[in-house]
Formats: sequence, C-alpha cells, structure tokens
Amino acid sequence: MSILVNKNTRVLCQGITGRVGQFHTRGCLDYGTKMVGGVTPGKGGEKVEGLPVFDTVAEAVQETRADATMIFVPAAFTADAILEAVDAGIKVIVAVTEGVPALDMARIYGRVRASQSVLIGPNCPGVITPEECKIGIMPGYIHKRGKVGVISRSGTLTYEAVWQLTNLGLGQSTCIGIGGDPIVGTSFVDLLARFEADPGTEAVLMMGEIGGTAEEEAAAFVKANMTKPVAAFIAGRTAPPGKRMGHAGAIISGGKGTAAEKIAALESAGIVVAESPADMGTAVKRAMERGRPRRLATKRRVANASAKSSRHSGNSRGRVRGSTKRSSRRALAGKSRKRAGR
Amino acid sequence: MKIHEYQAKQILKAAGVPVPRSAVAATPEEAAEAFRQLGSPVAVVKAQIHAGGRGKGTIQGTSFRGVQLVQSAEQAADAARSLLGKPLVTIQTGPAGRVVRHVLVEEGCDIARELYVGIVLDRAASKPVLMASSQGGMDIEAVAAKTPHLIFKEHFCATGGLAAFQARKMAWRLELPAASLRSAESFLRGVCRVFLDADCSLLEVNPLVLTGAGELVALDAKINFDDNALFRHKDYAALRDLSEEEPAEVRAAGAGLSYVKLDGNIGCLVNGAGLAMSTMDLIKLHGGEPANFLDVGGGANVDQVTEAFRILLSDKNVQAVLVNIFGGIMRCTTIASALVTAYKTVGFSVPLVVRLEGTEVKEGRKIIADSGVNIIAADGLTDAAKKVVAAAAA
Repeated sequence: MSILVNKNTRVLCQGITGRVGQFHTRGCLDYGTKMVGGVTPGKGGEKVEGLPVFDTVAEAVQETRADATMIFVPAAFTADAILEAVDAGIKVIVAVTEGVPALDMARIYGRVRASQSVLIGPNCPGVITPEECKIGIMPGYIHKRGKVGVISRSGTLTYEAVWQLTNLGLGQSTCIGIGGDPIVGTSFVDLLARFEADPGTEAVLMMGEIGGTAEEEAAAFVKANMTKPVAAFIAGRTAPPGKRMGHAGAIISGGKGTAAEKIAALESAGIVVAESPADMGTAVKRAMERGRPRRLATKRRVANASAKSSRHSGNSRGRVRGSTKRSSRRALAGKSRKRAGR
Repeated sequence: MKIHEYQAKQILKAAGVPVPRSAVAATPEEAAEAFRQLGSPVAVVKAQIHAGGRGKGTIQGTSFRGVQLVQSAEQAADAARSLLGKPLVTIQTGPAGRVVRHVLVEEGCDIARELYVGIVLDRAASKPVLMASSQGGMDIEAVAAKTPHLIFKEHFCATGGLAAFQARKMAWRLELPAASLRSAESFLRGVCRVFLDADCSLLEVNPLVLTGAGELVALDAKINFDDNALFRHKDYAALRDLSEEEPAEVRAAGAGLSYVKLDGNIGCLVNGAGLAMSTMDLIKLHGGEPANFLDVGGGANVDQVTEAFRILLSDKNVQAVLVNIFGGIMRCTTIASALVTAYKTVGFSVPLVVRLEGTEVKEGRKIIADSGVNIIAADGLTDAAKKVVAAAAA
C-alpha cells in the first residue's frame, strides 16, 4: 500500500518538450511509471519519448485518462500550469519547478485547496511509491518498497535519508518532497494524516528545516493524532538568522523558525529526532522499536476506522491545516467519539 | 532583495501613499540645497543603509547619530558631512557597520501619534497579512514578544488586496479618530496594494505617523522584494545596491549559486539546500566550523561548479573543503568532471574531501580516480565529516 500514487497512476508531463521535462520523463518511464503523455502549448501532435504531446491539459486528460501530472514549465508560468491541471481534474499535481514567485502561490493556494486536486510542491523533487510509480526527479534506484513513509522539505536530503533507510533494510511506502518554498500545496500535517490512515505505512520519517512553523504544526498533529512511530531530522542548526539558506522558505526571520524551536516541539511530541544527518535511518529504527506513547495505542483502532470512513466519503483528503485545523480536528474527534460509542 | 528607505518611499509615493517631502543627497552641498528646496524650518537628515536601528546607531568612533535633526542649510550640510562615506554602526550591522553613501533630507513632520504597519506573507495561513500596532517607532519584535495583544493582524486576499472594511476595522482597532478614517482607509489599502503589485516579501512602515492634521504619513519605509519575482519588475531590480551585499554572495548569485558566508574554516560545496544545511550541521557536530553555505543547485554545470570552487577558495579562512553530493538532477559525473577541471584550473591549496552518492556514482568516482588529482575520497557522511575536520585541523 502507499499514498497518493501507485502502479495504476497515469502521469502527464507539463513542459515535456523542454530539455529538463524530457530528461525526467525518460527517467520516470525507465522507472516503470505509467507515463501517458505530455503537454506543451503549441506543440500538440508531436511525440516525445514515444509519448503524445497535447496543447492543453484538458485535451491530454480526455485522450489519455491521466490522473497525475508533473510540472516542469518555467517559474513564471508554473502557477498557471497548476491551475490548468486543477481545472482538468488531475488528482495529483507535482510541481517540480523552482523559483515560483511567492505571491503567485498565495493567489492560487485557496483555489487549489478547495479543489479535488492535491498539489505537491512547488520547488520539490516529487513523489515516489517505490517499485510502482515515480513522479519527479529523484534517483529511483535508491528506493525500496516497504513500510516507512517519508516526507521532506528538501530534495537531496530526502535522497540521503531514503538511501540510509534502504541500506538498513527499511523500505518505503511512499516518499514525498513537499518543497522548499514559503507556500507549498501540501504540508507535513496533510501527509502525516494520510500515512496514519495508510495500512501499508508503519512509521514515518519527516525532514524539516529552518523557517516557518510547519514542523511545529506537524509536532502538534503527531502528539494529538498519530499512533504510528515518527522520526525526524531538522536541517539548519548552524544557519545564521536573517539569511536565506538556498530554499526560498529556509530563513529564520524575527528570531522565529529556528532549528532549536522545531526540535524541541518535535521531541515534546514523542518524535525521535536524529542529531546527525547520518542517523536519519537509524532514528526511524529507534522510533519503531520505541513505538508511540501508550496513551495513543487505544486510539489506533478508532483512528484507522475514521480514516477509512473519510476515504470512502470521497471528499476528505485527510487534510488538517491552517485556520481550519481546529475544526478538522474537532470533526475527527467527533467521528472518533461516534465510532467508539457504537 | 533589500532597497533603501528613499527608494521605498519613492515607490510608495508613486502609488499615492503619503510620504513626507524629501530629497536624496550624496554630498553635503546637495544636502544643503535639498534643505533650501524643502523650505521647511526643520528637517531630518537620515543615513541610507540597508539596516535598521539607524536613529540610535552612531558613526564608528564618533557620537554622530544616523538620523539628525537640522534647522538650516548649513546644519544639513554638516549632518551630511558627518555621515557620508563613513561606517554607521547599528544593532543590525555588526561592529564593522555599513558605509553611508546617501542621506535623505526630509521635511519635519507634525507628529500626533506614532503607529506601526507591516505586511508579510503569513506562511501558516498561505496569505499576506497586514499587521498594525499602536506601539509605533519601537522595535516591533520586542512589542510582539512582550505585548502580542497590541499587534493587530488582518489577512487579505492576494488578488483583491485589502478590502475597505478591513482597513476600517484596523483603523478602529488602532483607535484612530473618526476624521482620519478616510486617510487610514486609503493609506492601508495603498500599502497592501504596493505589497502585492511590487511582489514584496516585506513592507514595513515604522513609524507610521498620524499628523496633527489627522493624516497618515509614512515617516519611515522598508521594502524587501521576493527575489523569485524580480524577473517581472526590471525597474525594481535596478534599485539593487550591490555595495550593501557580501561580495562573495553577489558573485555566487551571478553564477546561479546560492552562497552564504559564515565564520568557520571548513568550506563546503553541496547540491541541494537541505543537504547543504545538514552538511554544515554535520561539520559542527564533528567538532568543525563551517565556513559557508553553498548550494550548487540541481542543474549546475561544469562552469558553475568551477566558479563555486573559486568562491570557496577565495575565503582566506578556509583550511579544508568538503564536497558532499547526492546526485538526483545533477549527475555525479557532472560534479566529478567539474571537480577535476576546477582542481586543475584554480589549483587547490587546501585538502579536498569528496563524498559522492546517487545518479552515475560509479562513473563519477571513476572520473576522479582516473584523473590523478589529490582528492580524499569519503565513504558516507560521518566519514566525510571526520576526514574534513581532521584535514582542517592538520
């Protein structure tokens, strides 16, 4: 089992005629991903890597029944490409492009979240369910099918962690790079909820970094809702304040968003935090041996049940976030109470 | 990207947001002329540097403040003379200070109340947020820490901007007089519009002044732009003042590299921001001090990597270099070729430890092994860190 994508996922590439789009389309095909076509406005009718190219995403979906897309268009056009994919009803949208203006994302964020689509990224390596489906730019061979879910704000740091897991014999259910920008389509919390509900996932490794409060929100979610063991690593303990560390979102501003704050929040939620990036894999091992605090163990059955019911309801995507966080959590709690009562 | 106060005020003024009348001067004579042109009995001469705390900051080795009140053209010239060409030290500049190259000569303002207004992108809400406080003129981070209830927040639509009712709500919370409502509405909606139209990452007016006449005026202004959006604002991109930035960081940015200089002695070159930060942390964890953050990015070519090495080696503190590459987009063969080229072109005066993993790793390792260059190969992260820390200490 996995989350978001599997061997049946039918994938498009937006920007397939570009050098990078074509290169990674080839890489995904080689991995065994069911690539079904590409989109480049004005180049409909061409073929790239043996796949048909369409002028619009809508046409591509109609012709290929694609349900996922990876976006490699230039940063200036990425927000529009995301909206085009949303409009065409694509379920999983992976925006790899780096350098998207932050306000472009702010402008489309509400529309994306209100849709049936899940946006991963931008500025991310993508999503992979090992040995089934790779959507993005990660080196496929480092992954191994298994039961650890991986979530990260980084690219290469994720590869590093996955490689450690694989070498420890810990395969992965699904690995997601959520992106290094200030605004990304999917948060740690969204994916933790999905992994908690996924019977194929037994533990989760999350890699955060300085800037923002996404890790603190994740810690609060884990504390309240996760029955599965969680390990973490936070990059940037040595990062100076006020300096952007490569990722647009990796900045300590106004003294907020430090690695120390995040590590403290994660540890207080019972998450095993690796001190060295060399120990991300072993941290997962330790977390699995230790398990979650006992008080949550009784919740497990209930949480699984409610997660199942929300999957069946079709419109819930396991999302708990921002201003709706409290209400979602209430809804979850309410559901749990109801179930427990039966 | 940061800009100067006078540039930020020009942008606000062009958007119809009230700012005091002022002129920029690069010489004492220009400052005197600016005072005469203003025709105001009192003016303020303000040092223009990319750092806050100017009012309390002083010119290095003197008691001259970064912001001075003047009452004649002669005084304006004297104030300018005390500032121009000299390093101003504030709480934000560090002990070296920043050299003042321009001063802003601005008419005096009849201040009834000092307020604060700031706009940033609220990452948790994924929306821009207008923040305002009645505690203007002060360090807003201190206000936020001590009295958070005195900071009011209003999220607004990134497309539509701040709605009129939201501006009125804010004016009401700030307890502005009813007569100032229209001015507040226009001012607050104006700054929010500038934030959106100019693709700012920060817009701050501190203090925002309520004048005796009941008008709101931006007495100070700070604007940071989203670097990722500068491609569509060529006019703002031209406002960049490279003299305010770390030369090595400017050079790196020109080559498409992300570089931040630190104080340690172990240079590092890594692909990917998260891994680059982790590599710094790893060096520290094993008893070393990182000299920099350097992300060569996903699509770095031989030229970029070569330039990256040159930048690292130009830092005289660097006593050893660690290359840590996990190839995804960038193949290990690319970095290996670049390493060899760089080694031969620039000549490594310090030990170089290389740890490669990922796409085409075998071929990459072979390129290095066959090249005959003196590189210390590392097996894994911990091994790499230990070897580079030992090499730097040797």
